[in-house]
Amino acid sequence: MTHRRIQKEESHTFDRTVIDYIQRAAATGLYEIRGLGSKRKVPHFDDLVFLAGSITRYPLEGYREKCTTKTLLGTRYAKKPIELDIPITIAGMSFGSLSANVKEALGRAATECGTSTTTGDGGMTPEERRSSKTLVYQCLPSRYGFNPDDLRKANAIEVVVGQGAKPGGGGMLLGQKVNKRVAGMRTLPEGVDQRSACRHPDWTGPDDLTIKIKELREITDWEVPIYAKVGATRTFHDVKLCVHAGADVVVVDGMQGGTAATQTVFIEHIGIPTLAAVRLAVDALEDMNMKGKVQLIVSGGIRTGADAAKALAMGADAVSVGQGILFALGCNNETYLQQGEHHSAIADYDSLGTAPGYCHHCHTGLCPVGITTQDEMLEQRLTPEVGAKHVKNYLKTMNMELTTIARACGKSDVHHLEREDLVALTVEAAAMARIPLAGTHWIPGHSG
Amino acid sequence: MERIDLAKTSLRELNQFLHHEIRNKKIKHVEVVNPDGAHSIAAGVDAPVKIEVRGHTGYYCAGMNKQAEIIVHGNAGPGVAENMMSGLVHVKGFASVSAGASGHGGTLVIDGDASLRCGISMKGIDIVVGGDVGNFSAFMAQAGTLVVCGDAGDHLGDSLYEAVIYVRGKVKSFGADAREEPMTKADEKKLGELLERAGLKYKPKEFKRIASAKSLYNWNADANQEY
Repeated sequence: MTHRRIQKEESHTFDRTVIDYIQRAAATGLYEIRGLGSKRKVPHFDDLVFLAGSITRYPLEGYREKCTTKTLLGTRYAKKPIELDIPITIAGMSFGSLSANVKEALGRAATECGTSTTTGDGGMTPEERRSSKTLVYQCLPSRYGFNPDDLRKANAIEVVVGQGAKPGGGGMLLGQKVNKRVAGMRTLPEGVDQRSACRHPDWTGPDDLTIKIKELREITDWEVPIYAKVGATRTFHDVKLCVHAGADVVVVDGMQGGTAATQTVFIEHIGIPTLAAVRLAVDALEDMNMKGKVQLIVSGGIRTGADAAKALAMGADAVSVGQGILFALGCNNETYLQQGEHHSAIADYDSLGTAPGYCHHCHTGLCPVGITTQDEMLEQRLTPEVGAKHVKNYLKTMNMELTTIARACGKSDVHHLEREDLVALTVEAAAMARIPLAGTHWIPGHSG
Repeated sequence: MERIDLAKTSLRELNQFLHHEIRNKKIKHVEVVNPDGAHSIAAGVDAPVKIEVRGHTGYYCAGMNKQAEIIVHGNAGPGVAENMMSGLVHVKGFASVSAGASGHGGTLVIDGDASLRCGISMKGIDIVVGGDVGNFSAFMAQAGTLVVCGDAGDHLGDSLYEAVIYVRGKVKSFGADAREEPMTKADEKKLGELLERAGLKYKPKEFKRIASAKSLYNWNADANQEY
């Protein structure tokens, strides 16, 4: 039998992903819209490691000695700052993109873990308010469902200027997810594609933002903290402007942050990695002598307790998790749990043209595991009880990992983690985070 | 009637008074003098009270108003009556940009002209402008009514949803998906009521109706991004 050799030299410029993109564009004449976040490899917290205690530093005993995780947010102006038991919060994800069951589950889990959850575009649902001890209410450009009654029920207000997955772009909720309840909350007809504007309707620049924040404070009698959230781009200046505008807390969302529906070209090509953004944000606060006075929350690809520890060591006061929460709920799982039994979701993934591990079809509303859907049948695949349990376990695990690392570094408070505890594994990460490359004193562009 | 002098009282004290004390003391009429362009005057009021502001206001006067009747005897800065839920806001002079932005309900009357983006993102509010409106008015307007007794600038009603616009004068240009439609009896009735509420004598027949063609309600690749 003769062996026929098949040449397999794949192009780096036109690899299979690129070929697939071009052929899809050629077939449809449409750019791709999808959910979740960036899939490309970018420098991230994985490229940093901790230098734990040995002789030069004194570690704490891993299980016995106390390590505090209490986190205060909004201490600058608010009469009632937020006090959290852990520095890991749940990011804003809308009712509309997520089912009402999921929103309730997030509230329950956050409450049980002593942390906050956040509303999202589309307003505040009663289930979410009831189940969340600490709820952050977003003020978004669309102002869907935004009203003074819910504003006064909030424990904090987050003025969303941008999102890491799509800085400079508005949001969208495709018509297939716009059922009667979602449409009613957003004052639009059922089934219409809902476009969320990229700019706020009543302010345009940093000086306007100052006045807007003051208006929100006046309406809420200066009681609750006001956050400003930006997608990571010109982070150094954006953070400075947020501080100048009077924000109590600045939220910086890196390019790995997720979305329910955005153009792939946005997700992959706009914004900077979280690792670069956190350093720029901390630089801005330190430059203004506002570190510790204005708190920093970092989000965008935070997955583990190690990520949280690294973000805190870099100078963040807390982290916020979005996609990680979805995966904890069962996103991309092969099965879903209903009435105590696991059922295969493979056929539903298949009908979307995808498979577990690859699915990013949040925009379709046909989530095989019942998370990003408004479909009456699909949303029953995740109950608030099951969802809350999994998210609680995930957050608890992350917090245990965080404290374990902090203790190893000799810290009795996770907020005592510092940049000196870190080294970088790659030149890129060393340059972005301005952390020395492991085994050297070299910070590219800054020393040596 | 209570009289509050903003030259002697801080804005925070004024708003706290309007949020809490008018309810406790059952006050029905408040006069605010010396506003001097201060921002957020009477923002977040939620009570059936009449508030008269004697002078010009800065940004966000009557922001998020519920129930109150707020009269500005002067000009209003950006975002007057932004996100209003109910009640009446009446500006006796001119209004700056984003008047009535994202308003969910109630009525905003502006006797003079309104600048750019009047009624942007409106969600059920009724706005009556005695004069002209600037460019991009009723941009992405979802529900409610914008009445323009003068002329409208460029891109009127761009990306309109269910809101309806009535214009008595000229329209410089329509925004994407906005179009002129025939006036119906129902339009005339509704418009007549709004004009009467605003104290204006124009006849509904003098107006044209502008509404969404609804061709952009769902993603359309052939629209070449003309959204």
